[in-house]
Amino acid sequence: MRPERFGALLYHFGTRRLSFLKSPALLTVVTSLGAEPTARAACVNAGIGPAELPAYRQALATLAASQMICGRTAS
Amino acid sequence: MTVTAAPLVEEFQYGLDAPICLTWELTYACNLSCVHCLSSSGRRDPAELSTAECKRVIDELERMQVFYVNIGGGEPTVRPDFWELVDYATAHHVGVKFSTNGLRITPEVARELAASDYIDVQISLDGATAEVNDAVRGPGSFALALRAMRNLAEAGFAGFKISVVMTRHNVSQLDAFKALADEFGAQLRITRLRPSGRGADVWDELHPTAGQQRELYDWLVARGEKVLTGDSFFHLAGYGGGLPGLNMCGAGRVVCLIDPVGDVYACPFAIHDAFLAGNVRGAGGFAEVWRSSELFTDLRQPQSGGACASCSAFDACQGGCMAAKFFTGLPLDGPDPECVRGFGEHALAAVDAAGAPRPSGDHSHRRAPAAGARAVGQRRGPVPVSIGSRPADGDGGVLARKAGRSSGIIPDHACDQNPLAGFRPPATAG
Repeated sequence: MRPERFGALLYHFGTRRLSFLKSPALLTVVTSLGAEPTARAACVNAGIGPAELPAYRQALATLAASQMICGRTAS
Repeated sequence: MTVTAAPLVEEFQYGLDAPICLTWELTYACNLSCVHCLSSSGRRDPAELSTAECKRVIDELERMQVFYVNIGGGEPTVRPDFWELVDYATAHHVGVKFSTNGLRITPEVARELAASDYIDVQISLDGATAEVNDAVRGPGSFALALRAMRNLAEAGFAGFKISVVMTRHNVSQLDAFKALADEFGAQLRITRLRPSGRGADVWDELHPTAGQQRELYDWLVARGEKVLTGDSFFHLAGYGGGLPGLNMCGAGRVVCLIDPVGDVYACPFAIHDAFLAGNVRGAGGFAEVWRSSELFTDLRQPQSGGACASCSAFDACQGGCMAAKFFTGLPLDGPDPECVRGFGEHALAAVDAAGAPRPSGDHSHRRAPAAGARAVGQRRGPVPVSIGSRPADGDGGVLARKAGRSSGIIPDHACDQNPLAGFRPPATAG
């Protein structure tokens, strides 16, 4: 993951796919996912308002579909 | 994943802190002499970066967080330190995708490659049949590539790339290429023929006709979902819809080229002094060239659409490929020579072809490679690479360029090998 002015670039060496995080806030959300109990909590703590949550849910779903992020296997 | 409205393409126009990926031609030495070679490769340049210098570049790429490098040449695997450099890069979190004609891809090498997540391989193939391929890449090159593909497939390397430059003689073979890729569990990658390097000499006869361009575009729209293009056909977006990818010229903005002697060019198809930004041997290394060279800074300014600005297709094709225009003698702010509206053809008709800029370096074999495309394993002994002294002019790298000389005589007689043969003191420095 490489931070950029517009957000960040992500590259997955397994799938060899490049993805883009198109906002700095989304970058904050993604980097805090591991430490937060839920994706929603990560969004809320990053200052995402209720109106924006669906867009972030969609963005995270896209990242999950391309294996850039994945669910926790155990906790 | 769209969260903000600003299109990424606009962000990319202004350049990134580091390239997304970059092409690195490790050597000009090659066992083949493909007629369209974009780097005019053949002979090793004596000023080639050393192993230690290459490792320093990799260290920089790691610091800059460049995800991967596209290594090419020449034939990169003829460098004795090739595998050492690949291992060094992957150990330093720089992924490697390398292009090869298949020369060194033995069953053992294929197994090693298959075991790494950080390495990807591209086998170059320009015909789905030996007849079409070998006419461009040389006798025996089809068999060489097929052998490598078989070895990779048998080693379990899923998804390696078969990389095809589209020409007048292979557009009709698109389905056959796709079938070939499927047969080997590989992924097809097709790219555009550029009039760069030796390609300048054959572009007129080899570039797809207008009808074939349409055929190619339609094929990509209909069947190209799993086909890679290196975003190289964005000039075809003028047909009405953008193809997957960035659909923009990334030269000096998101991509660039490092050549074997460390020169940094705006893109792999622009090996010419006009697109030379600096050299990795300079004090600031590659990072300084990327971040603050005059050329790259210029390229990141808003570009004028010039003659194309009033065209309804301009938003889609953005005037096409800079290198294709440059080496066909067209102005950079005019139409692409293969403009889908036909403006390029009109413009070309008005251009004196003899006046088109010539590629800066020429490392072509002085005669056909002695061993042709024979595979390793079929014979023992060294790879047939001829080593000459630094050419007296033209492609001697930084020094020659600094002196402002861009063309001249390459010694072709044994008695002309004195290192100072043909040397003329530069009239002006800088």
